[in-house]
Amino acid sequence: MTATSVARTAALALGDDALVLSHRLGEWAGHAPVLEEEVALANIALDLLGQARILLSLVGDEDELAYLREERAFRNLQLVEQPNGDFAHTIARQLFFSTYQHLLYGRLAAGDGEFAPLAAKAVKETEYHRDHAEQWTLRLGDGTEESHARMQRAVDTLWRFTGEPFQPVEGLAEAPLVEEEWLASVTTVLERATLTVPEGPRTGAWAAGAGRQGLHTEPFGRMIAEMQHLHRSHPGATW
Amino acid sequence: MTEGQTHPAKEGSAPDQQTVFDAAVAADERIEPRDWMPDAYRASLVRQIAQHAHSEIIGMQPEANWITRAPSLRRKAILMAKVQDEAGHGLYLYSAAETLGTSREELLDKLHAGRQKYSSIFNYPTLTWADVGAIGWLVDGAAITNQVPICRCSYGPYARAMVRICKEESFHQRQGFESLLALSQGTPEQHAMAQDAVNRWWWPSLMMFGPPDDESSHSAQSMQWKIKRHSNDELRQRFVDIAVPQAKALGLTLPDPDLRWNEERGHHDFGAIDWAEFWDVLKGNGPCNDQRITQRRRAHEEGAWVRDAAAAYASKHRKTKGEAA
Repeated sequence: MTATSVARTAALALGDDALVLSHRLGEWAGHAPVLEEEVALANIALDLLGQARILLSLVGDEDELAYLREERAFRNLQLVEQPNGDFAHTIARQLFFSTYQHLLYGRLAAGDGEFAPLAAKAVKETEYHRDHAEQWTLRLGDGTEESHARMQRAVDTLWRFTGEPFQPVEGLAEAPLVEEEWLASVTTVLERATLTVPEGPRTGAWAAGAGRQGLHTEPFGRMIAEMQHLHRSHPGATW
Repeated sequence: MTEGQTHPAKEGSAPDQQTVFDAAVAADERIEPRDWMPDAYRASLVRQIAQHAHSEIIGMQPEANWITRAPSLRRKAILMAKVQDEAGHGLYLYSAAETLGTSREELLDKLHAGRQKYSSIFNYPTLTWADVGAIGWLVDGAAITNQVPICRCSYGPYARAMVRICKEESFHQRQGFESLLALSQGTPEQHAMAQDAVNRWWWPSLMMFGPPDDESSHSAQSMQWKIKRHSNDELRQRFVDIAVPQAKALGLTLPDPDLRWNEERGHHDFGAIDWAEFWDVLKGNGPCNDQRITQRRRAHEEGAWVRDAAAAYASKHRKTKGEAA
């Protein structure tokens, strides 16, 4: 099944989000702070990769799309391409993204659009991801002095990327509709975690909708260079 | 607590307990955590299970090395799932070891300090994508040959962990084989990549069965206790006999000019293993020993603040709950 042309833009945006964040989480393998997190982070990465494969397949060949597009053709949010940083940074990124994804998929699953069947499955996965990120936000925020400081720094650093998910995307009218719920939910979690909701803007002049238009941050090019190099070195090969 | 000093308070006299233990082992009954067991049996199991757990954890590294470079999304998903399973196997095995009165923290500390070992195979580098397939086929294949008999090990928790682990390992092994087959039947470059990987991983895989029987310090005792069921050399021979037809099916050769079928023995003869290399790797001088342990230590040290945070949060909120009650 391929998507209608309107839904292709949306499928590419959502598929790239999942693909790129899955890749970032894959970088944690063998480096996590406890074994249980090796399992959890890989599990989330796998769920996201599964979503990416379904979404990209709606648009075309999943491997061609993942491995042969240039940086400027990727439509993922700038949020998900941000480097892992420390564990707090990874958790803040996950909290912001999973909350968005869970709310969005909840809405898509309830509707009768092209993504409803996919969203019905993915919403269960994203609920688990969201819970994992929330639990860790509480533990780090309300843990030790050091973990509190690190978690606050992570939230502050990534805050300026949190407006982009709610910019309009063709074929995805639902995205802007979940912004208020997102803000309310994230605010509650941050406050429970004894953290301060940042005062800075949620989109800079650059970040607003930029990733969705193929404008990315510098670390992203290096990430896809690593991701694509083997595939590109063997044109036409099957694996 | 140190190994071997954690058995429950003794009741009755030691010889009686030894007799009961010996009879249980002889009758192929399972020894369980609360049963009396000889201190040396306990210590030997802790050593073996810990080494096994450490191997799962260190073994994540050579494969994780390729997660970000996997050449297709399907292969990437398979590899991520596999590395995740390995972390899970590590968790089962640390739990099994803990039933003997040690703790995961203590075992990890020993790993990080170089006082407990992990399988020598993981000190070899993964230089190409084909290495991931070769590890699945050969390294997991050797591991399964080693581990299936442990499903009948005399110590219950270890035996039960192995039943579950072997199921997943068999799946990984088939995936590794299938990945190598795709390369072998692919472009000439892919075929060459597969052959090169098999050339590099064959001998280290044979070394996974440990030293020859006459140089294996723990073997005789472990077999008497039914922790081990077969000797190193027996298992190694079994593995070679299984691998040879598989290599043929893959369309790849094994890097051993002396490898040939021996009609009389009903087994394959194979060339001499470079035991000097084996002992050298075991001593810490392999290509990746330092890198592997450094990464493991670093992950642990850099994660300390996260574990501290979780502990602080748990104790705060336990207190809050207690006060509310």
